[in-house]
Amino acid sequence: MIQLIDVHKKFGKQVVLDGVNFNVQEGETVALLGPSGTGKSVLLKHIIGLIHPDSGTIIVDDKDVVHLKRHELAELRSHIGYVFQNGALFDSDDVFENVRLGITDDAKYRDLDYARARVAECLKLVNLPPETVDKFPAELSGGMRKRVGIARAIAGNPKYLLYDEPTSGLDPVNADVIDELVRSLAETLGVTGVMVTHDVRGAFRTANRLALLTGGKIVQQGTPKEFLASTDPRVQEFLERDFHNATIAA
Amino acid sequence: MATEALDFPRLVGRWFLNATSHVGRVTMLLADLVRSLNEVRIWVPRMFTEAWNIGVGSLFIVLLISGFAGGVTALQARYQFTGTIPIYYLAGVIVESIVLELGPVLTGLILAGRIGARYAAELGTMRVTEQIDALESLGRSPSSHLIIPRVVAGLIMIPVLTVFADVMGIGAGWFSMKLVLPISDADFAYGARTFWRPFDATYSIIKAFFFAACITVISCYMGFNTQQGAEGVGRSTTGAVVSSSVMILLLDVILTKLLLNQ
Repeated sequence: MIQLIDVHKKFGKQVVLDGVNFNVQEGETVALLGPSGTGKSVLLKHIIGLIHPDSGTIIVDDKDVVHLKRHELAELRSHIGYVFQNGALFDSDDVFENVRLGITDDAKYRDLDYARARVAECLKLVNLPPETVDKFPAELSGGMRKRVGIARAIAGNPKYLLYDEPTSGLDPVNADVIDELVRSLAETLGVTGVMVTHDVRGAFRTANRLALLTGGKIVQQGTPKEFLASTDPRVQEFLERDFHNATIAA
Repeated sequence: MATEALDFPRLVGRWFLNATSHVGRVTMLLADLVRSLNEVRIWVPRMFTEAWNIGVGSLFIVLLISGFAGGVTALQARYQFTGTIPIYYLAGVIVESIVLELGPVLTGLILAGRIGARYAAELGTMRVTEQIDALESLGRSPSSHLIIPRVVAGLIMIPVLTVFADVMGIGAGWFSMKLVLPISDADFAYGARTFWRPFDATYSIIKAFFFAACITVISCYMGFNTQQGAEGVGRSTTGAVVSSSVMILLLDVILTKLLLNQ
């Protein structure tokens, strides 16, 4: 379970998170929606301890992320897969090494036979051909890089998966492929997921619940149907553009 | 005018806070490096790759510049001292100038530009493209994967390159002297030995070691703390080269005072 209680974060004078309360139950996928620059990625980085809050509590897997020691945080992170917005692949390593680094168990990471099999398995899960292993990130398309990023995130058999705008910058066809992938990974691996996005249609297709972050606060959390029924003008304004598609998907 | 007078203490205060913050963060980085040293399996293989890149990649430019420096030192020594001191003394002047000063300092400054810029740009790019965040998110230590290999490789290879620079500089000085002065090999060797102390070679290596620490730690620190995209990478790279070069010159004075003027 992931739980954020009254989380505050400022960068200089800019308030990014202003008392955020947010929770994700075991096994569900929650889409975190919100306009650009509202702090969705910042919130996601708080969950994995890459950014520390000014105040508030962050509980992941019954552990208080803020007060964990270095090795405890590393141990917790080994159960969390993080998909970065632009893949964040290591550009001096080939795809094999990139995905292999996702194997967080040190003994398994060093076992080259296991690593080869696991990398091949993860690439298959994200619909990438086996020959991709020898390519370098610079040789991959945007969609392929995102999928390699997802393969790396799942290589360590994580309990939690955090996606930072997995479909941004992709054409609709590739965006649909990634959405479908997120949904099938949740079903096949049974992971708990948080997906940051401003693609309403994709969020409705993949998530069990949605949350809207705006003005530094979560202003609405609920199932897609509850979201559509919301009378909050901020929710309605955000949904307006994709309302038609969202209705169809719901 | 009154506003300027009010601003001055604020500027000094801001500068002081910035400086203190840098010192604090460098200390934290060093503490993290020490804590991650036990992850030998991670950093040793990467260290060999970095050492190869520093050593082989920089050898030509180090030899070229130290060769020219040796040659010019010989020609200037001839211009300054011919007729005032015995000619074989010039060999001593050349060898001592190169081993005590020009070899380590020039190598340090060249590598501050070559290695310092490279490390800061590499790590800075990794920071702004979230590759360092990705490494941390996988529960892995950026120190053992990225920084320790670079720092240790520098600590090993920069003194080795300095030895090469010393030898090349002396060789070039010897060759240049023979071109412009009637000095035999035996006279050159005699003059060189007259002023030589065994500690001189050690001193050259000690200086190179400190310069290596300064170049690698500063450039890794600058790159690791890069902010704000491509502009930030540029700022970190420039900052790494300038800070490393200034620190090399400062360390040069301090080490000379501590080791040669007790």
